[in-house]
This record gives sequence, structure tokens and C-alpha cells, in this order.
Amino acid sequence: MAKVTFNEESCKGCGLCVEACPKGILRLAPVRINLKGYHPAECADMNACIGCASCARMCPDVVITVEK
Amino acid sequence: MAKVLMKGNEAIAEAAIKAGCRFFFGYPITPQNQIPEYMSKRMPQVGGCFLQAESEVSAINMVYGAAGAGARAMTSSSSPGISLKQEGISYAVGAELPLVVVNMVRGGPGLGSIQPAQSDYYQATRGGGHGDYRLPVFAPSSVQEAVELMATAFDVADKYRNPVMLLGDGMLGQIMEPVEMIQERSEPLPKKPWASGVPEKEGRSIINSLYINPDECEVHNYKLERKYQEITANEVRVQLIDTEGADILLVAYGTMARICQRAAKDAYKQLGLKVGLVRPITLWPYPYEALKNAAEQPSVKHVLSVEMSTGQMVDDVRLAVCGAKPVSFYGRTGGMVPTVKDILAKLSSIKEGM
Amino acid sequence: MAVVFKKTSMLTDVPFHYCPGCTHGIIHRLVAEVLEELGVGNDNIIGVAPVGCAVFAYNYFNCDMMEAAHGRAPAVATGIKRVHPDKLVFTYQGDGDLASIGAAEIVHAAARGEKITTIFVNNAIYGMTGGQMAPTSLPGQVTTTSPYGRDTSHCGYPVKVCEMLSQLDGPAYIQRVSVHDVKNVVAAKKAIRKAFEAQIAGKGFSLIEVLSTCPTNWGLPPQEALKWLEENMIPQFPLGVYKEI
Repeated sequence: MAKVTFNEESCKGCGLCVEACPKGILRLAPVRINLKGYHPAECADMNACIGCASCARMCPDVVITVEK
Repeated sequence: MAKVLMKGNEAIAEAAIKAGCRFFFGYPITPQNQIPEYMSKRMPQVGGCFLQAESEVSAINMVYGAAGAGARAMTSSSSPGISLKQEGISYAVGAELPLVVVNMVRGGPGLGSIQPAQSDYYQATRGGGHGDYRLPVFAPSSVQEAVELMATAFDVADKYRNPVMLLGDGMLGQIMEPVEMIQERSEPLPKKPWASGVPEKEGRSIINSLYINPDECEVHNYKLERKYQEITANEVRVQLIDTEGADILLVAYGTMARICQRAAKDAYKQLGLKVGLVRPITLWPYPYEALKNAAEQPSVKHVLSVEMSTGQMVDDVRLAVCGAKPVSFYGRTGGMVPTVKDILAKLSSIKEGM
Repeated sequence: MAVVFKKTSMLTDVPFHYCPGCTHGIIHRLVAEVLEELGVGNDNIIGVAPVGCAVFAYNYFNCDMMEAAHGRAPAVATGIKRVHPDKLVFTYQGDGDLASIGAAEIVHAAARGEKITTIFVNNAIYGMTGGQMAPTSLPGQVTTTSPYGRDTSHCGYPVKVCEMLSQLDGPAYIQRVSVHDVKNVVAAKKAIRKAFEAQIAGKGFSLIEVLSTCPTNWGLPPQEALKWLEENMIPQFPLGVYKEI
């Protein structure tokens, strides 16, 4: 069981984490936007997360914290 | 200390070391080569660092780093090299870094010549780099005075956290004169809590001149402006020689002032003229007040600025005299040095016009 | 559950100003993580960032920082390292800064074996000023100052910094890496660490060239920019260790 949390206000919706996730469980929030007007990244299926931190490694804005 | 016969450039280098300078970054250019050469021998002997940079541009930026790291650091060069350093000097002003730049001026523009000149006056006093800034500029007229002003330069730089320039010329650098070297600085160097990597540091040190928001950049500029007003109020240095009741005033600095002193004596004997000399020691802040008061004496009929240039300081002379008396200029340039005879000829033509 | 990945304390809490998807952010994080893991302590590190997109690095790295004139960071770092030989000193420079205006400074810092570490971010373009051609722009690459594509017969060929500097005797460690995927990001961090270790061991000058993206000025979405890097920049700038003593 693993968990990813997003510091949403730092996210710029670049999508690099979405591509990097081997499980394909990340996406940009379809509707919600942050204060800067970006759709922040979020996890669609936390149970499938394996805590590999690929997303966090590809994030240019240090948005993601990973627990395992 | 006993007097020692020393070459100007070497005496200046030794004085810097006595003043506690332990970091010198320079580049070869005539007529100041003996400064880096001397430093390359002496710095290792005092646990200091001499480094020859790949260019004058690099050298001033090495001084920027060393000064930002809390050390007393300096560079030296001559006219073309000083032009290359202007951007670095402007950055050091913006980042409020104390450092000393020595310019042994040579004939210009371009490659010019290697003989003495004073044609960098505008660059030195109006700021050759970009932005609203000033540099305190000290202009010694003897090797002894140059030695003493080196210590002053470092103290003023540290006191106001601003680069300072010592403005000499090829002659001052090359002549040898008996010199009483200044004492080794005894008290510790001033604490610099703003500097990088120093024990007395308070939190994170950031050395920077970027203020991307214009309102913050303006606030910073006004802070620097207040600094210049303070320097103007406290640091003006000038020497007045026989100006009391003079008929004509000469205004000259550095090497030129020594020649004028001789011309003034001869003028009395040969032309019956009482000639006084106003010698600015700080070119910025300029001694406007002292020159104004001397010129406004009823006895003074004319003010003559004598320079090794086509006339640059004469602008400041006019600013000081402000129309109270006629002001004119005499000079040679390109490395040519006005002689006593030349000056006497000019004085006698002024006398005829009086 | 334990935290396996979190923001390093070597980064301040100031959010990056970089464009969305710009890999400067990844490189900042890698440098900061290495600096933290080396355990030398924030007060014993001094960074120099000159003009370029990373000019604001003094807001991000949680150590003493100096902002340098364009191209002059290696000279500024030299001055610092000579004053504080015991401190860890690094420069963080772009390709316009290092390979163009600052070419003399980097060559001579390397030749002197200056005990500093340079993080050289190569994104083949001038980012901050709006996308002009850089010394590392690829042949045929369209930029705002090579609108018809970089014509090598007119303005020459990309500067290969690692290949160039590794000819000198002063450098102790030179490696070119990339951050276009997770595997390379992990490898880049190892390289950055080895460079700083070379400095700590006093072996000489060290430089890591990091191929990086510029989505905004390349005119590509972030993910495609990574692909463009992989397909176009790596053939021009082969990854690998170019100097190691």
C-alpha cells in the first residue's frame, strides 16, 4: 500500500508525472484548478499506487510526496 | 619606518598588503604590470592569494566573489582594462561590495599609448558602467600619497560597502621615489555579517544586484544615493597651495599637480604672478566648495584647469566656479605631458588678457 | 507508512518561477538533494547563479548564494573558493551563459583545476530572453534569431562543452547526463554527486552538463519536449563520462 500527496498550489499542470507513472493512475484534475489557474495533478486510484516515486522524480516543481 | 626607494606600482601593491588585502586578481597591461608582478611574489609570503585571470573581465568578477565572501580584495589595470571592468564594477556597486580598483591611466582612446594620461577622468568620476552609481576616486600625486591612500581606499570601501578607485597614471606607476611604507594594519578587519561563508554570518547570505520589481529597484537606488550623499559630506579631500590672495588659480590633480606646483613658483619669479593651486585628492566626491571659495576671492582673476587630457575635469571646475570668474583649460593628451614652460606660456597669455 | 520521497531541506519554500514542464526544476531538486545528502551543512555551501532563467536561484537554494554577471559565475566562484577553500562552491549556469559569453571563464576555471563544481544546463536555446539561438542550438533548429533554422555555413556548429573541457588537465570529473525520463533523472543525480565528491576530495574542477528542455521556447508541450530532447539533442550531445581522475 502506498500513497502520494500533491502540494496542489505548486503544481503547474505540466503532466510530466502523469506520463512517468508506470501504473497510469495519475491525471490532471478534469475540472478543479489551483490559485494559478492550473489543473493540478491527482491520483485516480490510490490503491494501485506502488510508491515507486517515478512521478515525484519527474516533477519539476517538487509537488509530490510519496509514502510507502 | 625608514624611507625606501620604491617604484610607484610596487609601493601601491605593498601598501595594499599592509592594509590587509589578501586577494589580488589581475591581468597584464602596461603601465601597471609591476602591481600584479609584485603581488605574485608577496601574496604567497603573507598567506594571501594572487591569481592572474584570463581577462580583466574575469579579474573584476573574481574580486566580486572574493569581496562577497568577506575578504579585502582588489584588482589593478590601465585604461583599456578598466573599460573591460566597468560592468563588473557596476555589479559590485549594486551588490554593495567593498573592493578596490587601481587604474594607472594611459593615453587613449582605443589602444592609445602607454605613457601617462588623465583621459579617464569622466569614466572614473561619472561611472563608466551602467546605472546611477558613483565610485569614490582617490588621485595621489606622489608615491608616498598613493601608499597612504591605499589604506584609505580599503577603509572607505568597507565603511560604505562600495567599490573605490585609486586613479594614478603611467608616470606615477613607473617613477621611483623614497617612500615611508605604511604600518601593517594592526586592528582586525571589520566584521562583514552580510558576506558569504563567514563565521559572523547572520542567516543565509545573498549577494545580488538583481531587483526585478522596479519599485524595489528604485528603493535600492535611493539607498545607494543616500550612501553617496554621506560620502560627499564626509570624504572630500583637497589640498590648497598658496591660494590665499592669488591672482590666478591652477586646478590640477595627480602627477599634473606636481608640475603645476613648479610652474606656480616660476610664474611668480618670471611673470610676477601670484599663482595658487587647488589640488583635488578625491576626484569624486569633487571638492566643489573649496574650489568655489578659493575662486571667489576678489584677488583671483582667472581659473585654469591643467590636465593630461583634452579637458575633462574642467567641467567640474566650471561647475564649482559657476561663472564667478573666467575658467579656461590647458592640457596635452595621448601620453604627452605638459611642461612647466608650456604652463608658464599659457599663464602669461592669460596675464595679458587680464 | 514511511515517507520515501519528500522535498529536500536544501530547497527553500519559494515556489519555482520556471515555465510548466521546464526541467530546470528537476535539476534544481537533484542538486539540492545531493547537497543535503553530502551532509556538509547549509552554511558551508556557496552557490553562484548568473544571468539566465536560473538567475533567481538565490531564492531557491537554501545556502549562501551569489548572483553573478552573465557568463562570469566561474570567475566569481573562483574568488569565493580562494577565500573559503573549505566551503563547497558550485555554479549553476545555462548554455548561453557558459558556452557563449562565459566561454573564457569556464575554460580557464577548468584549466586551473578550480575546485568548484559547475552544473551546466544545456537546453539549446536562450530561455529567459525569449528563445534566441544559443551556441548549443542544433543545426537547423528554428529560434527567434535563426528563424530559417540554424544554418551552420552561416553561424557555425553547436559547442560541445564536455568534449572540449575534457581535453584539459585541470578537470577531475566531467559527465553529460539528461533528465528526459526517470531512469536518466536517477543517473543524473549520481553524476552530480560524483562531481561534488571530486570537489570535496580536492581533485580539481568538476562539471556536469545536463541536457534539459525549454517547452515554451521550443514551442512544444512538456512531454513532447522530453521526446524532442531524446531524439535530437542526445545524438548531438552524447551522454557519458568524459573525464574522471
